[in-house]
Amino acid sequence: MFMAQLPFTEQLVLTLAALILFTSFLLLVQNRIVSLIHTFAWQGVLLFAATCLMALTSGRHHLFISAALTLFLKVFFIPWQLRRLVVKLDIRREVETVGSSPLIMIGGGALVLFSYYVVLPIRELSLLATRNTIAVSLAVILVGMLMIITRRKAIAQVVGFMSMENGLFFAAVVATYGMPMVVELGVAFDVLVAAILFGIFFFQLRAGIGSLNVDHLNRLHEVDR
Amino acid sequence: MSFYLALLAVIAALASALLPLICPGNSRAIKIIAFPLLGLSGVSSVLGGGMALLRGVTHSLTLPVGLPWLHCQLRLDPLSGFFLLVVGLVTLVAAIYGPAYVREYQQGPQPLLPLTLFTGLFVAGMDLVLLAADAFSFMISWELMSVTSYFLVAYQHQHEVNRRSAFIYLLMAQVGGLFILLGFGVLAGFGGGFDFSAMSRVVLPAGWATVAFVLAFIGFGMKAGIVPLHVWLPQAHPVAPSHISALMSGVMLKVAVYGFIRFTYHLLGGIHWQWGGLVLFVGSASAVLGVLYALMQHDLKRLLAYHSVENIGIIYIGLGLSMIFAGTGHPALAALGLIAALYHCLNHALFKSLLFFGAGVILQQTHEHDLERMGGLIHRMPVTATCFLVGCISISALPPFNGFVSEWLTFQTALQGPILNNHIMAALIPVAAAVLALTGALAAACFVKVFGVCFLGLPRSERSAAACETTLGPRIGQVILALLCLLFGVLPTWTVTQLETVAKQFFPAGMPETTAHGWLWLTPVSPEVASYGAPLVLLGISLAWLLAWLWLHPRRKRTPVRISPAWDCGFGPLNARMQYTATAFSMPIRRIFRPVWPITESYQKPGAEERGGRYRLQVGDWAWLRVYEPIGRLVSATARRVAMIQGGNIRAYLAYSFFTLIFLLWVVSL
Amino acid sequence: MSGWILAILQTGLLVFGAPFLAGWVKWVKCRLQARQGPPPWQPYRDLLRLFKKEVVVAESASPIFRIAPYVVFSVTALACSVVPMVAVGLPSAAIADVIVLVGFFALGRFFIALAGMDVGTAFGGMGSSREMTIASLAEPAMLMGVFTLAMTVHSTNLATMIGYLLAAPFQLYPSFVFAAMGLMLVAVAETGRIPVDNPATHLELTMVHEAMILEYSGRHLALMEWGAMLKLMIYGVLLANLFCPWGVAVDYAPLPLLLGLAAITGKLLLLGTALAVAETGLAKMRLFRVPQYLGLAFILCLLGMLSHVILEMN
Repeated sequence: MFMAQLPFTEQLVLTLAALILFTSFLLLVQNRIVSLIHTFAWQGVLLFAATCLMALTSGRHHLFISAALTLFLKVFFIPWQLRRLVVKLDIRREVETVGSSPLIMIGGGALVLFSYYVVLPIRELSLLATRNTIAVSLAVILVGMLMIITRRKAIAQVVGFMSMENGLFFAAVVATYGMPMVVELGVAFDVLVAAILFGIFFFQLRAGIGSLNVDHLNRLHEVDR
Repeated sequence: MSFYLALLAVIAALASALLPLICPGNSRAIKIIAFPLLGLSGVSSVLGGGMALLRGVTHSLTLPVGLPWLHCQLRLDPLSGFFLLVVGLVTLVAAIYGPAYVREYQQGPQPLLPLTLFTGLFVAGMDLVLLAADAFSFMISWELMSVTSYFLVAYQHQHEVNRRSAFIYLLMAQVGGLFILLGFGVLAGFGGGFDFSAMSRVVLPAGWATVAFVLAFIGFGMKAGIVPLHVWLPQAHPVAPSHISALMSGVMLKVAVYGFIRFTYHLLGGIHWQWGGLVLFVGSASAVLGVLYALMQHDLKRLLAYHSVENIGIIYIGLGLSMIFAGTGHPALAALGLIAALYHCLNHALFKSLLFFGAGVILQQTHEHDLERMGGLIHRMPVTATCFLVGCISISALPPFNGFVSEWLTFQTALQGPILNNHIMAALIPVAAAVLALTGALAAACFVKVFGVCFLGLPRSERSAAACETTLGPRIGQVILALLCLLFGVLPTWTVTQLETVAKQFFPAGMPETTAHGWLWLTPVSPEVASYGAPLVLLGISLAWLLAWLWLHPRRKRTPVRISPAWDCGFGPLNARMQYTATAFSMPIRRIFRPVWPITESYQKPGAEERGGRYRLQVGDWAWLRVYEPIGRLVSATARRVAMIQGGNIRAYLAYSFFTLIFLLWVVSL
Repeated sequence: MSGWILAILQTGLLVFGAPFLAGWVKWVKCRLQARQGPPPWQPYRDLLRLFKKEVVVAESASPIFRIAPYVVFSVTALACSVVPMVAVGLPSAAIADVIVLVGFFALGRFFIALAGMDVGTAFGGMGSSREMTIASLAEPAMLMGVFTLAMTVHSTNLATMIGYLLAAPFQLYPSFVFAAMGLMLVAVAETGRIPVDNPATHLELTMVHEAMILEYSGRHLALMEWGAMLKLMIYGVLLANLFCPWGVAVDYAPLPLLLGLAAITGKLLLLGTALAVAETGLAKMRLFRVPQYLGLAFILCLLGMLSHVILEMN
């Protein structure tokens, strides 16, 4: 059996990959904004654990730095920022009904299968034993995108964007032993700046159209119907 | 020998149709002539088909009738034999059940003769379809079957709604027949003729094979009742007489499945796995949509008709899996899938006919067809209720009855999905199996509703309170079917051994490990993978029951049961209006699966003088709204455009002739 | 022959040990809520008391009402004989595989639901309607979980599954992690515990399982209650032995059997404690949140299956 040939740490990485996919499914259908942010933080924890394990098994110690960066940014700083934002915008108790959640879940499942189908030829190129997780990381990216499309509240869309970035990072770690440090730091800094900018943007949005529901932006259309 | 029995079946059915014509007015004579002959037809079908199946031999015969260059060829092979057996069983029970049932038509406004005439012709047509070995006699018999069943559906033509339902049925049967004809045309076009042996030798290029397959799939699917081609089923089955509904639902749909199997496995030959994927998808959709639509019905026969859609879906799931495995080079598993599908054909014929016969008895005794006006019938009709319960348990796929075995075999076939190299299909097959599980559970919910609302509780109308049990004929018929349901549930290994003969026609190696461990164990792939000891299950349940009963028996003698008014948490005396109605029972499911139906729901508050509000619930069928009404509108619009030619102006008609003449003169001069 | 005797003994152990598990869960729940609680063997006393009591049957009841308790109990007792509790490889395990086991439970549920509708009360109909709805949503999740397991061990026969897992070296299968979570959620729904159904409620409009057996009394009620306890026991043994199979005896020598007995007892007590903690910490959901709960269970099992196809297959 294929799994029997892997050492225990690599089996653990596969399990963590599956759990990361599960958290992105949870993000799709979470109603409350605060639990959304907490789930995103848990996804960051799982990512941190997976990166540490990959660092251990491969011996590439720079992955530990990436792991530490992930821990700091994705688990502590960004969720803290988002939570502060939510409190300041006074939307802590808002509940967003996700329309037709069974259909969205089924869509997520189909995306997973589709990303597996797409990744099949690429699988051969990687030499790592954990190359199967490329499909899982592509699925996390696509499910993050699905989240941006199906959600109405702006905060949820930001979390979706962040989870897409999580998927990219995960793909890099498990498929190719991580990105070059320069790219890594650049992307991390971009995400940081984006988080801060989003905060400012949300205040402007709320002042401009009176709510954070992006469907209300539909008023900005060209032709009068 | 078996061939002559099969021919005897056809002749007996024709005799049952035509002989009563000698005494058209005398109802009693008609019944005495027609039904025993129909029973004879059934018995000889069973014997002939059974012998062909058990011995695994093929007989052929060429009759000198038919077209000059294509004589009518008949063949009886194990596949035809199996389906003849199924047809014969239900026909036999219909012949036993019939005489008492048609008694109520004797007083009715329409005469009895057309009923027996067309029933006999219908059965003869079905038998001939199964025996036909060339496209011409196949189509003739197919049309005979369709047209005679049209007359049977339209038997009570006084009501507008019956006429309309029969018209839709005929229309769809003709369109389906056209597709089948086109499919045969493609095969004949590449091959050497219209007879099946020539067609099966032909090798088609891949594109044309797919075209032929799609044509046959749509054509036979329209008759079998897959979604979205199923809309005639819930219209036609409720309006036909109940034993005809049983024949149509139990047997005619199986003849359509036979046609599909014959076309795909025998005539087309090289099966592509993509076809199997399509069949699997359509089968799963039919199964789950059929049962969801059935849950919302409260007309008993319409509900049973939608369940036929569901069960045909389950048969197609088995066939789809079989085709996927055949197309990817796993013939043993393909044989297993085919066996599962055939087993379900047999089971469905048995339990669906049983349910329709029971519905007919209820209709005859209470004159109610709406579930919401029945109730408490188990006290009035104990034998019917028990047989109906057996039917309900069988159709809900619960052990130890027969419906469970075929669903279990289908699950076991699906479980072998991971053997495929194509991992995407290996991931989608368990999803189809989960859909099948959902279907089975929803069917159980629906039949708890049907049996609970109809037979249990308190009567909801005076006619239900005054019903009484039927006469001997229908009772015997139902008991026979109930016993067969139990028998085929408890002896699955023997049945699978016989069905393997059919599978060996197409996959010569068969699936030998399934029955390799004796009559007691059914072990589809190997005993380590899965095993089911059906007789032991029955024995175990009986033993546990006996032990519990024996232990508690002395207490029963000491403290007998006390009958008293119902407890109902102390809320006082019960009346029939307090019970759950059928609509109420299915309400949670309606709320959960809401997008599946077009629902119109309204509640009017009570006015000044009234006491209660008015609640209205209308549940439709999306296939009508999204598929058929647009097609109907398109056809009407096109017809209107074309009808402009017929303007009524004489000079215009003369002008048509004049310009056609000029055009032809010019063409000739070229 | 010794195999069959052992099978009968194991069935007896399951049947007569089930009330203890139910009592244990209740005792732990009471202790967590800072109450004294009845001792864990109280259900035995309850059953004996019910067996001695007079049976009262409603006037509008039919024979279905009287035979349903026997059917439910017999079918669940037969299911007990199929589940490997102490030892693997008993001959009775070949009678049925996991799918047949699900079929047994479905048969029992069919008859309880009919019994609920039999007397013609509104509560009975309500209980039947809700129970069949919840069951129809739980079945796909259960089947998908079973399939995920079966895809790894290439079998649906319970003895073969546990035997395979015992024989293989220890591995962490992501598919098993998901299937375990999904099947635990399904087990809670099927056995009618919080958060799907409250087995100790007295409010009729919140009942699902209790509403169907509201009219039963005396020995009929005892059989129904015992059947429910058996179902909880069977699900507990299945979850314990499928996902932590270590300790189950592979041969029939006395020492492995005793070890198997001790192992399963420990696992069941742990599972019972976990169930009690969950029941204390969670509130019962309203009926129309149960589809989301079971949808989550289905997604977990689906993810398990997809993880197997994507991550574990070659």
